[in-house]
Amino acid sequence: MSFAPSSTSKPRVGLFVTCLVDMFRPTVGFSAVKLLEEAGCVVDVPMEQVCCGQPAFNAGDLASARKVAKPLIAMFADHDYVVAPSGSCAGMMIKHFPELFANDPELAEPVKALAAKTWELVSFLTDVMKLDGVAAAFDGSITYHDSCSGLRELKVKEQPRKLLRSVKGLSINELQESETCCGFGGTFCVKYPEISGKMVGDKTTDIKNSGADMLLAGDMGCLMNMAGKLRREGSDIEVRHVAEVLADMTMAAPGIAGSEKG
Amino acid sequence: MEHSTSPNFKQNAHDALNDASLQRALGRLKTGFKDKRTAAIAQLPEFEQLRDAARDIKNHTLANLDHYLTAFEANVIANGGHVHWCADAEEARQTVLKICQDKEAKSVLKGKSMISEEIGLNAFLEKQDLKVVETDLGEYIIQLRNEPPSHIIAPAIHVHKEQVADSFRETHKGRDINRPLDEPRDLLDEAREVMREHFFAADIGITGANFLIAETGTSVIVTNEGNGDLTQTLSKVHIAIASLEKVVPTLEDASTILRVLARSATGQEMSSYTTFSTGPRRGEDLDGPEEYHVILLDNGRSNMLGTEFQEMLRCIRCAACMNHCPVYGAVGGHAYGWVYPGPMGSVLTPSLIGVDEAGHLPNASTFCGKCEEVCPMRIPLPKMMRHWREREFEKHLGPQSMRFGIQAWAWMASRPKLYQLTTGFAAKVLKSMGGRKRAIHKLPLARGWTDIRDLPAPQGKTFKQLWAEQQAAKKA
Repeated sequence: MSFAPSSTSKPRVGLFVTCLVDMFRPTVGFSAVKLLEEAGCVVDVPMEQVCCGQPAFNAGDLASARKVAKPLIAMFADHDYVVAPSGSCAGMMIKHFPELFANDPELAEPVKALAAKTWELVSFLTDVMKLDGVAAAFDGSITYHDSCSGLRELKVKEQPRKLLRSVKGLSINELQESETCCGFGGTFCVKYPEISGKMVGDKTTDIKNSGADMLLAGDMGCLMNMAGKLRREGSDIEVRHVAEVLADMTMAAPGIAGSEKG
Repeated sequence: MEHSTSPNFKQNAHDALNDASLQRALGRLKTGFKDKRTAAIAQLPEFEQLRDAARDIKNHTLANLDHYLTAFEANVIANGGHVHWCADAEEARQTVLKICQDKEAKSVLKGKSMISEEIGLNAFLEKQDLKVVETDLGEYIIQLRNEPPSHIIAPAIHVHKEQVADSFRETHKGRDINRPLDEPRDLLDEAREVMREHFFAADIGITGANFLIAETGTSVIVTNEGNGDLTQTLSKVHIAIASLEKVVPTLEDASTILRVLARSATGQEMSSYTTFSTGPRRGEDLDGPEEYHVILLDNGRSNMLGTEFQEMLRCIRCAACMNHCPVYGAVGGHAYGWVYPGPMGSVLTPSLIGVDEAGHLPNASTFCGKCEEVCPMRIPLPKMMRHWREREFEKHLGPQSMRFGIQAWAWMASRPKLYQLTTGFAAKVLKSMGGRKRAIHKLPLARGWTDIRDLPAPQGKTFKQLWAEQQAAKKA
């Protein structure tokens, strides 16, 4: 990987875009780049990256998971940090890559090093770059869904709220059950659509009851699930990745669901 | 319970989701168990340390299981009791039957026992012309309704009080058919009256065991109704049936685990009754059974030792995992199709009846991790469900289409250029399909998604396409 080192001692961050952001929501990727640069990082995007392998890992197909995951180890070897706008994909790399390659004599150590420098975007901004606030404005109320992997594997809970509180004009209406799974669960949502449907239906009820204008979360899988359900139910609550609001990029594109303006 | 309906999990779940009465009952989980657990734990600052201690006790015991089981046996015998090692369900049933026959017993009282459900004891004993009466109110209700339990500590959680009243009117003959049974108190009083007669007539009392204590040869049960006490003290013979992993080394160890058990289960500090049984009645005792038997059941558990599923044997059956599981909360316990529902069942059931039979259970999870978060024994339930998916994949079980799909995807995903071409194309096509609404209502190949929700359309170009364009523009 060729990489032009910056003249300063700014940390070099490799952005792990994630497959859903890459294909469905580039705005999240650009929001992440903007936030990281504003926080004082130099951002690099290795163009050969694809996926962390989680779909295969959770399907019990470890060989396929290793095949997909392996190239990332070398691809991000030279970066100071690896940051992903997803608790789920970051969790895969931090918590499960070491498991996946534990018996590989050549990769076990490099994988541990990769896991140690990988972060979910918002917690990286607050916990590593020590960001207390952002220069963004949003006039309205939001509610926040705590995506399971970020919450339970990486303890991402207070970090997004801390930064959101600094957004000018924004107020937070908490959900009754912000920590309850939305029913996405990767392939679960298509393998068991009826159960998933019940779970996401309970979630959208909670979202509507919050009275918020906008739903935010830190993971595209959950967001697409909830956005798709809200839209199916005819709700016009806007849905966005938290990075879009923090980067002040809500005008750059209309939401994942919600009103047509943008 | 010999036969499972676990292979029909999807249909079971469909039925459960469309059962309005069940859905109403499941709504009670939150206020009934979850909120109470949260409150109880908030009052115990050392709860996290207790969880560590409880986990360590069980880990140590499982690493030395043979030692503690033989010590337990020796102490039961020293106290004048009997221990029966049973490899499987059939051996356990026959052992219970033999004890009943030796005593020429006609009736059997039961305290609540999941092991008894596991070995299908009631149906078996009834076939041998023994009268079997469940004494736990929840178990009694489902016995009248001829149903299996739908929850491991609240077996009748799926039943409403109106349905209980109907069962009572139908079964309790010789009472005024129009008597008031609207209030829980009415139902409780009537159940108690009916139960009393059975208690004094019983020959054999069978209970489960929450713990077996090696150093004293004691079996312990926790209940909230006191029925367990009466079952084992009023009967002539007490049989405790327990699986191997219930053993702990000392009284002190049992006390430590008791401190996390009720708090995790019902949000109580302790259950109303914690009953320690150590051998039969001694000469100077005023009450107690004449004989004390312990059935030590393996039924597949020793096969879990030394495997990635060993940690499951730490489970103390508190039910916190199912109380907090959004999947259990959606479909209830019967959908799982065998004795143990919820996350603990999704790990344990494939161990006991085979992953080919119970393969749906570890798959029907979003891996949200809530179960592991609340498990007092810190059992990594999602991780073990994933291990079952690995076993399934190795054995070529599970839907062929899913297997093919994952492998085709992995093939693509390890060819970055081809992958980017394909996703670039797909993003473009899906965007145009989304139209002005930016959402796709129906997608033939993704009906699992679009039957439930719209698919938000992609923005049109992939991030990497846009990034490459931007970088090129910067250079130009």
